Amino acid sequence: MVQQQSAEAQAAEQALNEPGAPVIVFDHVSLAFDENVILKDISFTLISGHTKIILGASGAGKSTIVKIIVGLLRADAGVVWVNGERVDQLTEAQMMPVRAHLGMVFQEGALFDSLTVRENVGYKLYEETNLPLEEIDARVEEVLGFIGLAEHIDKMPSALSGGQRRRVAIARAMAAKPKILLYDEPTTGLDPITATTVDEEIIKLRDLENVSSIVVTHQLRDAFYVATHKAVRENGVVRVVPAEAHKAEEAEFIMLKDGTIWFEGHAKELRESQDEYLKTFLS
Amino acid sequence: MLPFIEGPLKKAALEVQEYVYLVAATFRAIATPPLYRHDIVEQFDAIGVGSLTVVLLTGFFTGAALASQSGLTLDQFGARPVVGRLVSASMIKELGPVLTALMLTGRIGSGIAAELGSMVVTDQINALRALGTDPIRKLVVPRVLAGILMAPVLTVVADFVGIFGGWIVARFQLQVASGLYWSSITKALYMQDLWMGLIKPFALGFVIVTIACHVGLRTTGGTQGVGKATTVSVVAGSVAVIAVDFFVTQVLISLLY
Repeated sequence: MVQQQSAEAQAAEQALNEPGAPVIVFDHVSLAFDENVILKDISFTLISGHTKIILGASGAGKSTIVKIIVGLLRADAGVVWVNGERVDQLTEAQMMPVRAHLGMVFQEGALFDSLTVRENVGYKLYEETNLPLEEIDARVEEVLGFIGLAEHIDKMPSALSGGQRRRVAIARAMAAKPKILLYDEPTTGLDPITATTVDEEIIKLRDLENVSSIVVTHQLRDAFYVATHKAVRENGVVRVVPAEAHKAEEAEFIMLKDGTIWFEGHAKELRESQDEYLKTFLS
Repeated sequence: MLPFIEGPLKKAALEVQEYVYLVAATFRAIATPPLYRHDIVEQFDAIGVGSLTVVLLTGFFTGAALASQSGLTLDQFGARPVVGRLVSASMIKELGPVLTALMLTGRIGSGIAAELGSMVVTDQINALRALGTDPIRKLVVPRVLAGILMAPVLTVVADFVGIFGGWIVARFQLQVASGLYWSSITKALYMQDLWMGLIKPFALGFVIVTIACHVGLRTTGGTQGVGKATTVSVVAGSVAVIAVDFFVTQVLISLLY
């Protein structure tokens, strides 16, 4: 019986790793705080290795979606699947194994201000695993090298700029090699040049590390940049270049309005939409 | 029910419910792995060693003032030589535990509420959860263990320093012979008094830290909220110390005497 279950779990794991497998499924999810309806009958699917970009005005419920995925909030109704596991009824303790496959970048970074950059990035590995210290240090250095902040490893977060803090937050989220990364307003408050460096990290992780991602933002420029670019490695050098049409279609937009999905489609469809609300939002 | 009573009553009931939930979750986390040993040691140092100076000063001056005041009263009955009895009984049974607890409320209660409150409003608590760490195990358990176990140690230190402060006043201001002072201290003390003075700080340490953690973790409203949480933690903690001291005293009197 145990062997059969283990074989089933392995088959499920294998299926989830295949291209086109659904890694996050929202099925008619609703959430309200007292009279205030935050999400109403939300359904969508995130495919492995793809990006879902959630747009919407402030208070539309964008951040609530990622908080439900990671288990920081619980939906009132509907079903949520994360990495093959139904999570909408799980307790805090039961959510911990699910979170092992998830990484989250919070608004403003949410770095631990009493820990150094090294300790922040390696937090999950230092505190929640039994890996040898040398191995963790090597991974932290590798991740910081990937995002170009290796020289800041022993600094405190307060000594970093806003963009650097946001990139360290990305490094912390990716250090334990999660399959899914959730970005909650990763570029809000950053200047366009710094925001582009953060966008490029998101693209690199998706295209080079095959990380599925959900990006919550109201920064249209960054949303379209992530959707319409891809990362390529040529002769050991990583470059971010415009993506072909079929690649750009792997990034899907969801526009939220008053807690409901107002639009779902690709960058091209969003740009060409004649809907008055979308036109106002994009203008 | 009248709406202006119903609102605050519901809010108070919710606070109690959340406090009880936190306490239950804390005990569950203490009894089951994982324990963050490094954080526990860190908190023992921060709460225990870090509070030593304030407890030493408070204990010393309280004992000294107590001896001075008692001397005046005892003089009316010609009983100045028994000042040691009064100082030791008062310090060990009541003033040591309560004043140490009040000092801890001011020092660590405010610190814990401000630290946890800041972590809440900057999403660091949510970040901990997202990284697979239970904030109760990581943040609350080490503080509660340190509070419960260091409060009695600090109280004993305060008792000794208070009695020493009383001796300084008795010897040099009241002109009571040292031998008389120290012998009157031991004569007046019974085992029940020592138990009373030792058991109370466990309860008071627990109350101070759990209230501070509860208030800190329920902080809302940005930096202003952190300030409010700090104030609430100190005020609620201080009132709770006095109230819990009264109830524990009643229980211990009925059990020990």
